[in-house]
Amino acid sequence: MSDVRYTDQHEWIRLDGDEATIGITKFAAESLGDVVFVELPASGKAVKAGGEAAVVESVKAASDIYAPAGGTVTATNTVLEKEPSKVNEDPEGQGWFFKMKLTDKAEFSKLMDSAAYAKFVETL
Amino acid sequence: MSMNNQGRPSGAGEAFPASIATISGDRGLDHEESLIFELDHGAVGVDLPDVKVGDNRLGGMRRKGRVGLPGLSEPEVIRHYVRLSRMNYAIDSGLYPLGSCTMKHNPRLNEKMARLPGFGDLHPLAPQSTTQGALELISQLMTWLTRLTGMPAVAMSPKAGAHGELCGLLAIRAAIAARGEDRKRILVPESAHGTNPATAAFAGFTVDEVPAKPNGHVDAEALKAKLGPDVAAIMLTNPNTCGLFEGEIIEIAKAVHEAGAYFYCDGANFNAIAGKVRPGDLGIDAMHINLHKTFSTPHGGGGPGAGPVVLSERLAAHAPIPLLVADGAGPKGSFRLIEDMAAAPEGAKPFGRMCAFHGQMGMFVRALTYMLSHGRDGVRQASEDAVLSANYILASLKDVMSAPFGDGPCMHEALFDDSFLEGTGVTTLDFAKAMIDEGYHPMTMYFPLVVHGAMLIEPTESESKASLDRFIHVLHTLATEARAKKTERFAGAPHLAPRRRLDETAAARKPVLRWKPDPLKQAAE
Amino acid sequence: MRYLPLTPDDRQAMLARIGAPDVDTLFRDVPKAALAPLAKFDLPDTQGELEVERALSKLAARNVAAGSAPFFCGAGAYKHHVPSAVDHLIQRSEFLTSYTPYQPEIAQGTLQYLFEFQTQVALLTGMEVANASLYDGSTATAEAVLMAQRITKRGKAILSGGLHPHYAETVETVASLAGAVSRTPVTPGSAEDIIGLIDEDTACVVVQSPDVFGLIRNLRPIADAAHAKGALLIAVVTEIVSLGLLEPPGAQGADIVAAEGQSIGNGLNFGGPYVGLFATREKFLRQMPGRLCGETVDAEGRRGFVLTLSTREQHIRREKATSNICTNSGLCCLAFTIHLSLLGEEGLTRLARINHAKASALAGKLAGLPGVELVTDAFFNEFTIRLPKPTAPLVEALAAKGVIAGVPASRLLPREASAANLLILAATETNTDDDFAALIDALKGVI
Repeated sequence: MSDVRYTDQHEWIRLDGDEATIGITKFAAESLGDVVFVELPASGKAVKAGGEAAVVESVKAASDIYAPAGGTVTATNTVLEKEPSKVNEDPEGQGWFFKMKLTDKAEFSKLMDSAAYAKFVETL
Repeated sequence: MSMNNQGRPSGAGEAFPASIATISGDRGLDHEESLIFELDHGAVGVDLPDVKVGDNRLGGMRRKGRVGLPGLSEPEVIRHYVRLSRMNYAIDSGLYPLGSCTMKHNPRLNEKMARLPGFGDLHPLAPQSTTQGALELISQLMTWLTRLTGMPAVAMSPKAGAHGELCGLLAIRAAIAARGEDRKRILVPESAHGTNPATAAFAGFTVDEVPAKPNGHVDAEALKAKLGPDVAAIMLTNPNTCGLFEGEIIEIAKAVHEAGAYFYCDGANFNAIAGKVRPGDLGIDAMHINLHKTFSTPHGGGGPGAGPVVLSERLAAHAPIPLLVADGAGPKGSFRLIEDMAAAPEGAKPFGRMCAFHGQMGMFVRALTYMLSHGRDGVRQASEDAVLSANYILASLKDVMSAPFGDGPCMHEALFDDSFLEGTGVTTLDFAKAMIDEGYHPMTMYFPLVVHGAMLIEPTESESKASLDRFIHVLHTLATEARAKKTERFAGAPHLAPRRRLDETAAARKPVLRWKPDPLKQAAE
Repeated sequence: MRYLPLTPDDRQAMLARIGAPDVDTLFRDVPKAALAPLAKFDLPDTQGELEVERALSKLAARNVAAGSAPFFCGAGAYKHHVPSAVDHLIQRSEFLTSYTPYQPEIAQGTLQYLFEFQTQVALLTGMEVANASLYDGSTATAEAVLMAQRITKRGKAILSGGLHPHYAETVETVASLAGAVSRTPVTPGSAEDIIGLIDEDTACVVVQSPDVFGLIRNLRPIADAAHAKGALLIAVVTEIVSLGLLEPPGAQGADIVAAEGQSIGNGLNFGGPYVGLFATREKFLRQMPGRLCGETVDAEGRRGFVLTLSTREQHIRREKATSNICTNSGLCCLAFTIHLSLLGEEGLTRLARINHAKASALAGKLAGLPGVELVTDAFFNEFTIRLPKPTAPLVEALAAKGVIAGVPASRLLPREASAANLLILAATETNTDDDFAALIDALKGVI
């Protein structure tokens, strides 16, 4: 049973057992406009919670993607190299960015659930 | 009567429906134009003798294959570039309101002077006795730049504004090192042009952003609070990127110096104050001057520029090579370039070299021509007219367009944001594109970042009142229509330019950055 | 004042609308003490065109134009004949007075020629992709080193002793911030051993060919050695016409090419403005500095061009940009592209051959003079000779006699003992047999 949480930087993180998958939310993808390029972290890279993990580029802007929780990168979505449009088409599914092994699951539990995130988005 | 019965109708006749497709794809004087590679037919546009050369002096490195360049005759080449030129907007065609770019008139006398053989056909490494006129010209330009700014020294070699920023920061870096200190932080306002933090990072510093106050000015208190023994410098633009003069600048400079740091001033907006205010009197340590902005050297489709940097007493010693000095050993009034760091005069500690040779001489000739033409009184009048024109536009438009800092006067540029478009469905981008259909180049869009949907208008002093009135009338009407939600002009604009909106997403996702021969066609040949 | 359209009546009317009594009211944010009276500016007042022309012509007349004397200077800037069509075309208003193509719908002229320029540079250098120009060859070389440091995540850069010393100094000034920059010994007329210096800490080696002494280098073995250690080869070309006759760096394994384009379309101009050419492999595209022009379509499906991949640049990435560069070399770029379009394949090939033939003939004549030793045995249009005495004072003496005899190597390498007696000479299609005779006569008189 997987559990999805959200950050106030508009990243989502889904935990399946020990493996976490990270991407950006539909709200973020819509705000960015057409995604033209994604810079993914190297496999094996260690990131802290809130640390820069990836970069997503639209034509006129480059935005940093932060790791919602600390851990080690185990896989990246190489499909995005050829098809960055996947981030716009299916940001919360096939447009995932990278997978991580978390160091501390407590960091995950502290994040917003989908109801809290929906409320947060309304305030913006 | 005998009659010449070959008369022809001479009335205006019926209108040709604009929607009918032409056979050629061209429409009247609007010509489409292929790439030169597509026009290639193996002709030649120069007449040169065919000389055979042996291999014996080529070290075995003779080219084995063709370069692959297209061949056209001279008439075809001229026609190609003339047709391309007609697809461009230019200052000579109309008002070019790009804020922060200073799109003023480019005098043609500048072009004539730069092309005098004594300047244009002069080699940078020719014996210095044969280039004294050029060295004297540079010296005269240095005099103008230092006296207009009230600064003691100027480094002439930077090739553009951003290059000048780098020069200034490297001089600051050298000065700090010479004091035996280690300061790594640079304070940059959040409203700064992107070159400022980029240059700071490039020069090995970390960037610490200073917020702007709601009135568009830099938060001087926040800035002072950030000063400390690890701060190397601040980078401020004055007038700032919101078009406002930073009135607290003298206090800021004092605080910066007391903290042992340096004050870099981005001179992009010098056109507001040249001949009226001397930045040296404000306490700055370094400022680059965009000769292609304030001093009318042509923008040329994106370059070349020139960015000499005036320097304070504290930084003058670190100016990069080459240094221009009076030549004591030569005849009276002669000059010498010092190109060797080790041969720098007593007290000079150049931090290095910014580029090969001596700087953008071609732009120096043009800038000096402009300065001599205007004189100090003309430079001053130009600045006053630039500020007057921007305020005229602000006063005329702020009833329909939202000016976040419109309560007080602006300097040489007027800043609007997109609040007046809220709820209309029209964005800053749409508004700008509609201006294209009206025959105007849009203003600077989405900069500075401190206001939403920014529109920065800089008319310069080169516009007649009639031109300004016409521009105001068009923008006033566009704004009024947008607010009334009459969006036909805006949706999908521009409609009348040589191209409609271009797919920038596709260009970035699948970059095609050069022409490539068609492989199928090649195989068939 | 001829450039200012506003009349006193206009100004009054404008002030009235603004509601300000005078223009100084608009400067009210300026501290009173900082408003300078006109008298504070010790500078002359307005002058008419006639006076300004007179003053500048006087200054110009004190210089010896390259075309007015037998002339042999090279060393990074070359005198070539630029067809008259080039200068007429670049002075068209729509090219001269337009700006960076930020609004592509009304800048297709600029964007299309940039696309053509990028293609020409890629073809000439034998590389996959080129940008829309940098300031000049020296700053392009510095940018190349920084790019190599980013790509390899290593700091060490090794510069060949044959690299133009101004270029080496420029690289040292900026790249030493990110890593150790070193120069190999200077070995005029022969290839230095740079391969032996490459190790696992090396980001790049920088080799110029033809080098500052004119020597044509073989880059392939250096490229292979660099790649074996995970380093990049940066090839530098200061005389771009040489690529009309020589193997391009791309065919020899170069990873980045930094070149000076001045020779094509652009005059000597006492050192600037010039045009930096920058080309690399497709896989390094996103690390490339400078503007890029790309092909796309508009809303009606018509082909058009736009600036692209801007997220590398300063106005978006700010402190994380690949470079701080904002301007390119615009009009110099256009001059290059027009001249190269006139030359075409056949014209460039002929031009290159003529240059080499002229230089070979001159070298042959000079080598025959007693006391003259030809130092470079493989060259394009520039070579170095050794004379029995220091060449700097000699060149000044010959200038007084009306011959501009080339660049003394000591001007570029003032503290290199081996350079003192060396003279670097270039011969192009603009040199005549009379020039050669005048040079030889003058030289005979002084050595």
